[in-house]
Formats: sequence, C-alpha cells, structure tokens
Amino acid sequence: MHRNDFVRQLSSPGGDRRPSRIMHIDIPLLLILIALCSIGLAVLYSASAESIFYVKRQATFMVIGLFAMIVIAQFQPRLWERWSIFIYLCGLLSLVAVLFFGVGAKGAQRWLDLGVTRFQPSELMKIAVPMTLASYLGKRHMPPRFKHVTIGVIATLIPVLLVARQPDLGTSLIIFSSGFFALFLAGLGKRYLLSTALLAMAAVPTLWFYVMYDYQKQRVLTLLSPEQDKLGAGWNIMQSTTAIGSGGLSGKGWTEGTQSQLNFLPESHTDFIIAVLAEEFGLIGVLGMLVLYLLLIGRCMIIALNAQSMFGRIMAGTISLTFFVYIFVNMGMVSGILPVVGAPLPFISYGGTAIVTLFLGFGILMAISTEPKRI
Amino acid sequence: MRDGAAFSDPARERMMFARRLLVTAVATLLLTIVLVVRYFDLQISRYEDFATQSNNNRVLVRPVAPSRGLIYDRNSKLIADNRPSYNLTIVPERSVDLDKLLADLGDVISISERDIERFRKRLKQRRPFEKTSLRFNLSEEERAVLAVNGHRLVGAQTSARLKRFYPDGELFAHVVGYVGRINERESQTIETVNYRGTDSIGKIGLEKFYEQQLLGEVGSEQVETNALGRVTRVLDKTGAVSGNNLTLHLDSNLQQVGHEAFKDKRGALVAIEIESGGVLAMISAPSYDPNLFVSGISQKNYDGLLYSLDRPLFDRAIRGQYPPGSTIKPMFGLIGLQHNVVTPRYKINDNGYFYFKGIERPWRDHNFARGGHGEGVDLAKAIIESCNIYFYGLGIKTGIDLLSDYGAQFGLGATTGIDLPGEKRGIMPNRAWKKGARGQSWFNGDTINTSIGQGFMLATPLQLAVMSARIASRGEVRTPQLVKAINGQDQPVLKGDKDITISDKHWDYVHRAMEDVVHSNRGTARSISRGLSYKIAGKTGTAQAISIDAEDKYDSTKIAERQWDHALFIAFAPADDPKIAIGLIVENGEHGGSAAAPIARSVIDAYMQSNSSTAVAER
Repeated sequence: MHRNDFVRQLSSPGGDRRPSRIMHIDIPLLLILIALCSIGLAVLYSASAESIFYVKRQATFMVIGLFAMIVIAQFQPRLWERWSIFIYLCGLLSLVAVLFFGVGAKGAQRWLDLGVTRFQPSELMKIAVPMTLASYLGKRHMPPRFKHVTIGVIATLIPVLLVARQPDLGTSLIIFSSGFFALFLAGLGKRYLLSTALLAMAAVPTLWFYVMYDYQKQRVLTLLSPEQDKLGAGWNIMQSTTAIGSGGLSGKGWTEGTQSQLNFLPESHTDFIIAVLAEEFGLIGVLGMLVLYLLLIGRCMIIALNAQSMFGRIMAGTISLTFFVYIFVNMGMVSGILPVVGAPLPFISYGGTAIVTLFLGFGILMAISTEPKRI
Repeated sequence: MRDGAAFSDPARERMMFARRLLVTAVATLLLTIVLVVRYFDLQISRYEDFATQSNNNRVLVRPVAPSRGLIYDRNSKLIADNRPSYNLTIVPERSVDLDKLLADLGDVISISERDIERFRKRLKQRRPFEKTSLRFNLSEEERAVLAVNGHRLVGAQTSARLKRFYPDGELFAHVVGYVGRINERESQTIETVNYRGTDSIGKIGLEKFYEQQLLGEVGSEQVETNALGRVTRVLDKTGAVSGNNLTLHLDSNLQQVGHEAFKDKRGALVAIEIESGGVLAMISAPSYDPNLFVSGISQKNYDGLLYSLDRPLFDRAIRGQYPPGSTIKPMFGLIGLQHNVVTPRYKINDNGYFYFKGIERPWRDHNFARGGHGEGVDLAKAIIESCNIYFYGLGIKTGIDLLSDYGAQFGLGATTGIDLPGEKRGIMPNRAWKKGARGQSWFNGDTINTSIGQGFMLATPLQLAVMSARIASRGEVRTPQLVKAINGQDQPVLKGDKDITISDKHWDYVHRAMEDVVHSNRGTARSISRGLSYKIAGKTGTAQAISIDAEDKYDSTKIAERQWDHALFIAFAPADDPKIAIGLIVENGEHGGSAAAPIARSVIDAYMQSNSSTAVAER
C-alpha cells in the first residue's frame, strides 16, 4: 500500500488550487445532484399523499448519501482501484451468505440482518462489479485479450446469477449491464460483441423456460396484454399510462394529479413515481427531468474522458451508462414499453439503500474527476 | 501480470476509449429519443383520450373478496364458518374534513376513543384512496341510522364482508387457530395482490398452516364512480374463487368428551386413528374463545389471556414439552427384548434401590419406602407395576445409542410432521445431543435417568400419542395429520420410509403387559377397567414438575399444587385389534393411574360407542 493513498497533498506545485479541487468536489456534478434530489422530494411529497414522514426519511438518506459521497471523493482513485477486488470478494461472500441466512419479503431473500441494520449485498455489487472490472481491465492493454475477457465475464456472471436467484431480476440486470459496459469501454473486440448479441438471443428461451419464475413471466405477458391482470401489474400499467397521458403538455399542477392518486396506484411513491411527475408536471416536466439526467450523464462522460488512468475512464464511463439504464428501464416500464421489473427511478423514487448506493458511485466519480493531473 | 504493457500506447488507448464512449453516448441519446417519443405519444397525441378517461369516467377496479374455505370435522360438522359482518369504513380523501366527519359519526353511533386511535393507526398503513375501517360489527340499528344520515356523512360508508366465525368457541381453538387482521410484519411477506379483498390472514393453527388453501383467489370488478367516489355502475366483473374447504380427521364428539374431562384441569390429550395417522381429538386445556381474535381482541381481554397463570393461549398438545416418565417403558422394553438385553424369563430382585458402580448414591424406585417391588420382577411385571429398578438395569445394558435410535423411530426428539405450525421437537437425548446442547460428555447416570423417561428427556403430548400408535400398530410409521380431505378430495395417508423392525413375539409380549396395566389387579391403571366391554392397553407415567433432591421424599402435602408431579398416560384400544391410540398429560395431576387414565377412558369409550353405532348402521 502506498503512503499516498490516505495522505493527500493539499497543494501540489503548479497544481489546481481552486477550493473545489482542494475539497475534491466536482461543482457541476454536485449542483445537478442537488437539483435532482430537490425535484425528487417535491414529487415524493405529492406521490405519498402529502406525507411529511416519507419526505423526511428520504431527505435523511439523501443527506447521508451526500456526506458519504464527499467522504469517498477524498480518497484517490488509486485506492479504490487497489481495494476493489477485496470489496468485490466481500460482496460475493455476503451474497452467498444471503442464500443461506438471508431475510426477505414477498418470497425474495435479499437482506442480511446485521442486528443493528439490514444490509443488501446486491446493492454493493452494483458498484463493486464495475470497480473490479475497471481495475482489472485498466491494467491490461486494450483491447482485452481472450483470457481477460473470460475472467471479466465470469466475475460479472457469478454475482448476476446469485442475485437472480434471490430472486431480484431488476438488480441482476443492472449488475450484468455494468459488467458489459466495463468490457465494452475497455475495447471489447467486435467479434465478442457479435457473439454476445447471438448469445443473448439464444439465452432468451433458456431464461424463459428454466430460470424465470412464474410471476416474472407473468409480468412480461402483462406487457403484451395489460387487461389480463387487472389487480396486479397490468392494473399498474393501465393506470400509469392513463396518469401520464392525462398530464398533457403542462400537467395538472403539483399535488393536483387526481388520476395517479384516485386509482390507487400501489407503487406510486416508489417504482411508479414518474407517473405522478408526468401527470402533475406534464411533458414539460418529463423533458425537464430528462434534460437534468442527460446533463448528469454528460458531465460524467466528460469526467471519464479526462480521467487520469484507464481505471478512472472505465469506472466513470460505466457508472454513467449504468445510471442511464436505471432511467431507461424505469421510464420504459412505467410508460408500458418494457416489462415491470423492480427498478426505481434514481433520486426520485422512495428508497434509502438505492439512494445511498447511487451517491457512493458518484463519490468515486468525484474522486476520479478531482484527481491531480499527472505530468 | 502486466503482459503487453510494453506495447501499450496511452495516447492510442485514450483515442480508443473516446471512440467507444462516443458510441455509447450516441446510443444513450437514441434511447432517450425513444422515451421522449413514447411520452410525447401518451401526453400529446393521445392526451384527449387519457384526459377524458381521467376526468369524466373515473373507472376503478375494485377487488372482490373470495370467501374463505370452510373447515369441517370428520362427520361434516362445521367448525369454522363465515358470517356476514358490517363495518363502518372511511376514505379520508373523499371526506371534506376528516375530524368533523369523525365527530359527526360519533353523534349518530357510538365510537370510542380507542376506535379512533386504532383507526388513525390503520390510516398510516393504507394506500391512498383505500377504505379504512373505523368500527366493526355494526348492529342493524346502527346501519339504519348511518343510512338515514348518509347525506351528511360524505366519505363514510358501511361495507359488508364475511367474517370468520367459530361456532364451537373454545372447543377447537388450539387446533383450528384463528384468523386476525393482517399486521405490518405480515404485509411485508404476503403477495399483496392476493389479499386485496380481505384484511384477514390465518394467524395460528390450521388457519395459518393451510392459509394458501383457505384463502381463495381474489376477483375484480370494474366500476364507474361519480366525483364523490360512489359507484354508479359496474362495467365488468371477474368472480372470486372461494378457498378450499378442509375436512378434518377430528371428531367433534371425542373432542367434546375430552374437553369436558379436562374441565378445571391443565393438560393436553391427542388421540390418533392408528390406521391413517389421522388425529381424532386434540385438546389443550385450558382453552380460549378464538372468536375474540377475529376482528381484533381488546387489550384487556388479551392481557387476561396472556398473563393468566394457566396460560390458555399455550398449545400444550404440540408445544408443551414434558418428561415422558414411565410411559416410555413399554418402548424401552421392546428394544431390550429385540436386542436380547433381556428375555421374558429374566427376573430381578427389587429392594427399592439401584446401585451403579462408582456412584455412591443409589437411584430409587418410587416405592422404595415400602421396600420396592420385591423378588421375581420380570419385564411384564416391571411394566404392569412400573418398576424403575428393572428399567435402570435394562437401560444401562441397552446403552443410550440404541435407546435414542429407537426413540427417534417411535417419534421422539423430532417434530412429528403434523400439519400445524410451531410444533416442538422434544428431546430424545444421546451423546451428540448432550455434546451440542450442554458441551458435556454422556455419563452412565444420564442413561439411567433416561431409561425411566426422566433426566433430559422431553416429549410433547402429540409425540406420546404417536409413540403409542406406533406401539399399537406393531411398528407401522404414520405421520399424524389433521386434514383428511381438501375440497372433498381425500389426502393420502403419510407413511414412513420404513417400519420399525421388532419381532412379532416381542410385540405380543409387550401388548399383553400393557393390557395388564389396565386389566390385571396389580396394574397401575386398574381403576379404569371397571365396566369395560372391550380391552384397553396402556401405560401410566409420572413426571416431576420440579426437581426434588434424591434425599427427600416427594410429599404433595408439603409443596404447592403447581409443583405437583404431572400425570401421564398412553393407551390404545381395543387391545387385540388397536384402532385408536392416545397420549395425554394432566399437569400437576400427580398420578397417571388416577388423574390421566380416566380421561383416556372417557375418550376411548366415546370412540368405541360411535364406531359400534356406525357398524350397526352399516349393517
């Protein structure tokens, strides 16, 4: 371990001496995140039937997340690069532990009960997998050779399968795509890409007949004909599309969205919260939020481009792309173009662990962004 | 490690990465456009449709609750029914002013502080625009008053639903259990869609174990409502599917007889139909009225039950663990015979004391003060008169490994697998158990204690009945079951993988001895033989409720009643062709022969009577 991992020079000769650099805070990133969180809290207030309780809890998690992000940004990316494999192995161990000692709800076993608090290892893996891959592939030359690709794929698939078994298809997909993005950004060869595409096509029937649970299949079928499942997911889709559509261009106004509330949309404050936003703020609101999201992703990509190491590039790129997958899957499912999987809308949906995990990821991005230039 | 590092070219790698990132950026933009197109389509192109749908026709899908499966006894007597009940419910979003509404309601019908407090608690757990109950079980008069005042009570309505009702009250409480309102913890673990129409869930007993069978499938109806949320017409309806009905092996008549026999006593009884393993009666006394729990029990009633010294909520039949005492002697006798540790000809002299090499203090027989059971005690006599000294020797010579191995085969030390939640395992101790539970090695003294069913050994009344049934059936292993049929379809008899191997002549011998426990003039249960038209085989037992120092003599006059010995009895009948097996315990009943055996007789009498009458009827 390097002494420099923990001790950072406050001023390097000729280095950037702006306060934000010294504090290791990426100002544009921070501003966009705060804007998103504020919108999230406002929508949550309306979506939870004006419940201060939910808003307070969510705000608490956001503050914790922000704090954790800034703390993480203080460590050099090199540290994360070196420790990633340990974090990954710990995550893997706790995923296995979940299989045996996990506690859960609604038939899924996702948490480890640590006495004081519950811990969801699959959330940790969302960061650990891209970090480990970025660290591993960053040390190899580009494009990665067959051996490195194989190791990368295995390192991704083990947690993906473990999480899918819990079962938590949504998170498993996120982890899978983060692994894929890392490999892609590391310069995965064209023939691998082609074979992946073929493999994916072959995997669909296998998944359908051997891996997916009945309720998961049901959700896919529901997408095709929502009327079949009026009390379950189909009902949600029918209601969410109506809520979105009736919002029109400019929406019905904050807390005035009758549709999304009148027709008990059960997940209105979690996975389906975008329906509330769309109904109350209309297409303008939706576009505004998308612009914010794109700004965030754009900023992350710039950080990726300017990163000092290959690890930094791959890690930053992967986090920004995975972030987009969240958005696309959630907005797609609520508007009825993707099947319903459990996927929250980042920073808007209610849910503490997910928010903290997001901030942790952005903390590493800030660390990458504010790393002193090497000459 | 860094293979190829020598050839790496940072500038080239950067370019390559930049190209890749550009590709993903373009993909991100394209997919964003897909989203924008979709939202544009919904919000602009089809705005009129959705706006109309949203504003004019408030079409709601409402759940239609299925009716919960009914539970019958073996003679089709209904023991868990559904009855209509009317609740006052409120949708706060539809009321103008919730506090005023509550006050107005309080003017027309009686609403207590506690009702309001509980209502506010329930409000926090519900989804927006969901009906929340304020009062349950409205009387006809109250419903009328509410209907008349309906116009000024916007947001409140009476809703009818089926409520569980247990016609026999406390008779089946521990077996059938009860349903209650879904609590916060349960709502985390259930598939919420299935419970849309109901707020009840099986809490304990059969109601819990067979929850999935009893629940049924929720239906739905699509209704149109006006601006106030009142239904104007039903557009479409998918019927609910009722839950499956359960028919039990239980016989209400036997249950009733047993229940009465336990009046003012604490204890438990399980009766098993030997051929099927079906449970004919299962009693835990005292009991309670399960109807109290159905729409929420008052704190006062609940505390009364919870803190009662008699512990009425405790299901002794499957959760009470007692030292089985001498009731295990016939089983241990069988093991001794099968493994040639003893023979029918083997006899001992019993002077009341048993010395074991290296241990100074002797083990005693219960009648040591009268000089023990005397000379010439063979196995039959040891069972009939319940001689401890004989079994101390038998146990030591058989060894704990064999005893515990067979004990397990007879159903001790593990859950029996009955279709009820929360069954206890009891303890059939052995070396591995003691190492694990106490961290100590096994001593010969432990074997000696075990050989008369004391020491570490514990069994539930259900396990005693199972042991009794397995002795009666000459080693046929059946898993005890309560449910005989689901929706009229008979459930298979659950047979064990392998029967217990013991020679026929040994079964004959032990059956004979158990018969003599009741029918010979030296038998410990001879008091119940008077006027029997058939033969009962049995074995009494006594278990210490508190530990008494070996130096002191047990004297019931000196200790409080709740510390008196427990009385146990196992039995089967008719002795020559066993049909019914029983295990029971009377807490602090002191003597198996006088306190426990008469209860067994009354239940067996009732069984024999009903069976002979059906036999006559069939003829």
